[in-house]
Amino acid sequence: MTGQTITEKILARAAGKERAVPGETIDARIDTLMMHDVTSSGAIKLLKKEFGNKVAEGLEIVVTPDHYVPNKDIASAILYQELARFVEEQKAKGADIHDYMVEGGDYGVCHVMVPEKGHVLPGQVIVGGDSHTCTYGALGAFSTGIGTTEAGNVLATGRLWFRVPESFLFEVDGEMPKNVMAKDLFLRVVGEIGVDGALYQAMEWQGPVISKMSMDERMTLTNMAIEAGAKSGIIVPDDTTIDYLVEKVPPKKLDSYITESCGGGMEAEIQSDPDAQYARTMKIDASSLEPLVACPDLPSNVRPARELQDVRIDQAYIGGCTGGKWEDFVAAAKVLEGKRVAKGVRLLIVPSTADIQRRLVKEGLYDTFMDAGAVFSAPTCGACLGGYMGILAPGEVAISSTNRNFRGRMGDPESRVYLASPKTVAASAIAGHIVGAEK
Amino acid sequence: MRTELRGKVYVIGNNIDTDAIIPARYLNTMDPAVLGKHAMEDLDPRKYPIPFLSKDGTCSYGVVIAGKNFGCGSSREHAPIALHAAGIDAVIAGSFARIFYRNAVNGGIVLPLESTLDLSESFRTGDEAKIELSGSPVISNESHNERGGRAYPLMQFGPVAEIIEAGGLTAYNKKRLGMIK
Repeated sequence: MTGQTITEKILARAAGKERAVPGETIDARIDTLMMHDVTSSGAIKLLKKEFGNKVAEGLEIVVTPDHYVPNKDIASAILYQELARFVEEQKAKGADIHDYMVEGGDYGVCHVMVPEKGHVLPGQVIVGGDSHTCTYGALGAFSTGIGTTEAGNVLATGRLWFRVPESFLFEVDGEMPKNVMAKDLFLRVVGEIGVDGALYQAMEWQGPVISKMSMDERMTLTNMAIEAGAKSGIIVPDDTTIDYLVEKVPPKKLDSYITESCGGGMEAEIQSDPDAQYARTMKIDASSLEPLVACPDLPSNVRPARELQDVRIDQAYIGGCTGGKWEDFVAAAKVLEGKRVAKGVRLLIVPSTADIQRRLVKEGLYDTFMDAGAVFSAPTCGACLGGYMGILAPGEVAISSTNRNFRGRMGDPESRVYLASPKTVAASAIAGHIVGAEK
Repeated sequence: MRTELRGKVYVIGNNIDTDAIIPARYLNTMDPAVLGKHAMEDLDPRKYPIPFLSKDGTCSYGVVIAGKNFGCGSSREHAPIALHAAGIDAVIAGSFARIFYRNAVNGGIVLPLESTLDLSESFRTGDEAKIELSGSPVISNESHNERGGRAYPLMQFGPVAEIIEAGGLTAYNKKRLGMIK
């Protein structure tokens, strides 16, 4: 018998089977469901109408409203209100529900909040009503985005069917140049394989560059998996993962997880076998990377930043679940230190969580951005998906550290979005046109 | 499940994203009547000069024929809901983005059918199509033009057939749990 990938092992365990073979359909137990403001209303109604409003036992629910919060209009406020009522109701009924509502201020963008608050453990199966739920694979979980009907059914049954994905292995060696970030690495990959290059597959990242990479940067890689059509992105847990878990997960929860779920140690079960089967393998020499930009209207429309210097920008946006993490701001602040944004450029800084926002103030990065002429927003998905807080007019051009640049993504259909690393976004804000961060 | 569908086709290309199918500015509601009026609103008119919706917000099409990776992007179930509310019963594509496919199947909303053949030359926007679903699915061009009178095989639903039969994941699960017979 050949070996198995980490994804196959996790799904086999969730389905109570010896093996989960790519292509087969399984019925998996779900550990955790993430819910946010835009996709949950229908799921809540479905649970009530069809399943007697009873949440499945053993299901952990994490509620992180983020898309249109703080509520941008009356319709959004009603969605938020429904979610808040659901939380209160289910808490009273004793459901395992953890909420990060705006009240009290400890809230933020789901895919940064869920790991930050210790809700992701390696080997778990996590689903959420958002396509970028694949982010949590950075911690060695199988995680993927689902729809509203699916979320309602997960609430009721704690289970969901999956087609076991083939795995696509990315082996990254060499040395990342200093002006390059995980975002550039992903753009290089999606530029090569296309927006359906990993359709239905699990993108697994390995190699010395990944081993050295921080958790924030790993999350950029797994977050973007969906932009190549993948079902999930995953990185086998290592010391970086364990350090992150020790910092974020309540000790009691971590202890019981290690003893009960991992048979005493995390290493054995949650890794890919050396002879695991991959549908495809791609080797990447990180030393050859340079600042890259995805041009409108697809994340795969990738060109080197140096070829795009004649593209003038109206807005530079640093935020979102891909590019609004702590290290994204640290990287951008280094570029912006002591500089000013070009005349006519709006620089929007949108920290993904309240904790990140607080740290930006405490560690002085807030001042760096303000002195550079930036505008701050409260945590929100905001303009990343064209919600609010930075919508583009017809003909306007933005460079953004976010993950999608589809037509009309950040506003008017005739506006244009270029995707890049936070460093390249910051450098472009200073220049007033697209330019890669300097070495 | 219906055994036969008929309708006018709307033909589009590869990588049609969920922002084109239903822009995020309408995600503050799940009301099908509202979503249907904005289906495909942000399709690029330079690439698709024939509008999907007429000026009065109605849609004369019943079937979408697309290329690869239809519905890429967001997990919004608003996307298949908007298409269905506009009048679309089935989407035929070379391949589907997985969440769109799952939403279409699990929500019991529109039928997602895969075609191994490139149908972009076999149908033009406005052609009449018939889809037969008993046995192996087949789409035929029923138009009175040079493309009319030809039939093309589509892929079987495979393991999701049971969910489609049941009318979606909710009914399928309720049956499994013995909540309905």
